[in-house]
Amino acid sequence: MTAVSQTVPLSRTTVQGDAVPMVSIRGVGKSFGTNEVLRDIDLTVSKSEVVCLIGPSGSGKSTLLRCINFLEVYDRGEIRIEGKLVGYSEDTPRRRLSNRDLRDLRRNVGMVFQQFNLWPHMTALENVAEALVQVRGMDKAAASAHARRMLDRVGLAAKADSYPARLSGGQQQRVAIARVIAMEPHLMLFDEPTSALDPELVGEVLQVMRDLAADGMTMVVVTHEMGFAANVADKVAFLDRGRIAAFGTPREVFHESTEPRVQQFLQTYHERNSF
Amino acid sequence: MKFSVIIDAFPYLLGAAVTTIWVSLLGVLLGQVIGVVVCVARQSGGRAADIAGGVYVSFFRGVPLLIQLLLIYYMLPLVGIDVPPLVASIAALGLASGAYVSEIYRGALNAVPHGQSEAALALGFPGSSIWTRILLPQAFRISVPALVNELILLLKASSLISVVGVAELTRTSQTISASNYRPLEIYLAAGIIYLAINGALALFGTLVERRLQQA
Repeated sequence: MTAVSQTVPLSRTTVQGDAVPMVSIRGVGKSFGTNEVLRDIDLTVSKSEVVCLIGPSGSGKSTLLRCINFLEVYDRGEIRIEGKLVGYSEDTPRRRLSNRDLRDLRRNVGMVFQQFNLWPHMTALENVAEALVQVRGMDKAAASAHARRMLDRVGLAAKADSYPARLSGGQQQRVAIARVIAMEPHLMLFDEPTSALDPELVGEVLQVMRDLAADGMTMVVVTHEMGFAANVADKVAFLDRGRIAAFGTPREVFHESTEPRVQQFLQTYHERNSF
Repeated sequence: MKFSVIIDAFPYLLGAAVTTIWVSLLGVLLGQVIGVVVCVARQSGGRAADIAGGVYVSFFRGVPLLIQLLLIYYMLPLVGIDVPPLVASIAALGLASGAYVSEIYRGALNAVPHGQSEAALALGFPGSSIWTRILLPQAFRISVPALVNELILLLKASSLISVVGVAELTRTSQTISASNYRPLEIYLAAGIIYLAINGALALFGTLVERRLQQA
């Protein structure tokens, strides 16, 4: 890890024609026993791109996302982040990387979870500062100061000393995002970040995500928020039964796709969200 | 009933109670350390560690504390280790308590949602930090009521170490009542002292719980 572990400011602009994509997924497959949950997935995410993964429940979206930072082990194919193979050595036959090597990979890849996963025994500030101390090796005072700036960025400076139980779901998710961006990741993964939220709290989280996208953060987002996918994503991948059934710009997938499963999915979505 | 007997014996009983308290506290501390180590080793140390931990837990939970105490007291000199009764007692209490505490922590760890360690893992935490900063503090909170219970049980169980001659509360009561022939008064006083100590422990536990809940 040399150039990869350098920190990159969030405000960087898109590097055109960059040779190495941020994420490159080639022929990835995964099975749970005899159940094939991912089949022959190909997907490329360039720097500063926002890619949304959509599709019905059980289609493999979350599993694919979790393979990118190796929280889920993929069996076949390869995933590369900034050119570096995820989870395995480059030898043939490949072997699983040690936990230490996985840590080097994960420090540059942030993840936001559906259930927020804030640590309930720490304040909002401590939640954000903890990884800076444990992973980046910053001293406590510097970590706290940096964490405070990150909370300010998600509009929660006033809640620094609150415990998660005292925060709304939307606030908790924004703290969770602050916890990730404090680590200055090169890539952020979002696993249904608004699915556990009351409808009126979804907007504040999506707004923070829009701001991140506008700042040039590379993002892979599993979501059921079609509005976000349509307006913010550069690319949309529609997954169905472990395959990418449709891929392209939001316009191509939402309006021009002739794939019947996509049309059926969108129809159901519209019916469910109209009243 | 002659209350003057109790009043005369009270300073001696209180002194013995102090021994009971610190022997129990040392036993509990040792038990906490053993319990956490055994629990973490069983969860993350591989199959051999899990089996070794399982054998330890079933032995120290399955054999009466009195027998464990006598085994430790009589067996160690056979292998050339000469231990004073006090050390053997604290070791026995700690080993027995450790078996229960490791199971208390195992149950508490199961109650910590998987996403808690996953969030730390995704941020690149080393395994040791996940244990010390995320899992164990939460497991401790969850297990405070059970740990206070364990502390009270252990303090009462410490009366068993009277059999190897440690002058704690029970042993001292036996000695005094054997010399003044007033067992009822003396044991009554001893019982009240045990009750008072455990009442204070229960209160302490409630305070800790309340304090942690505010967080």
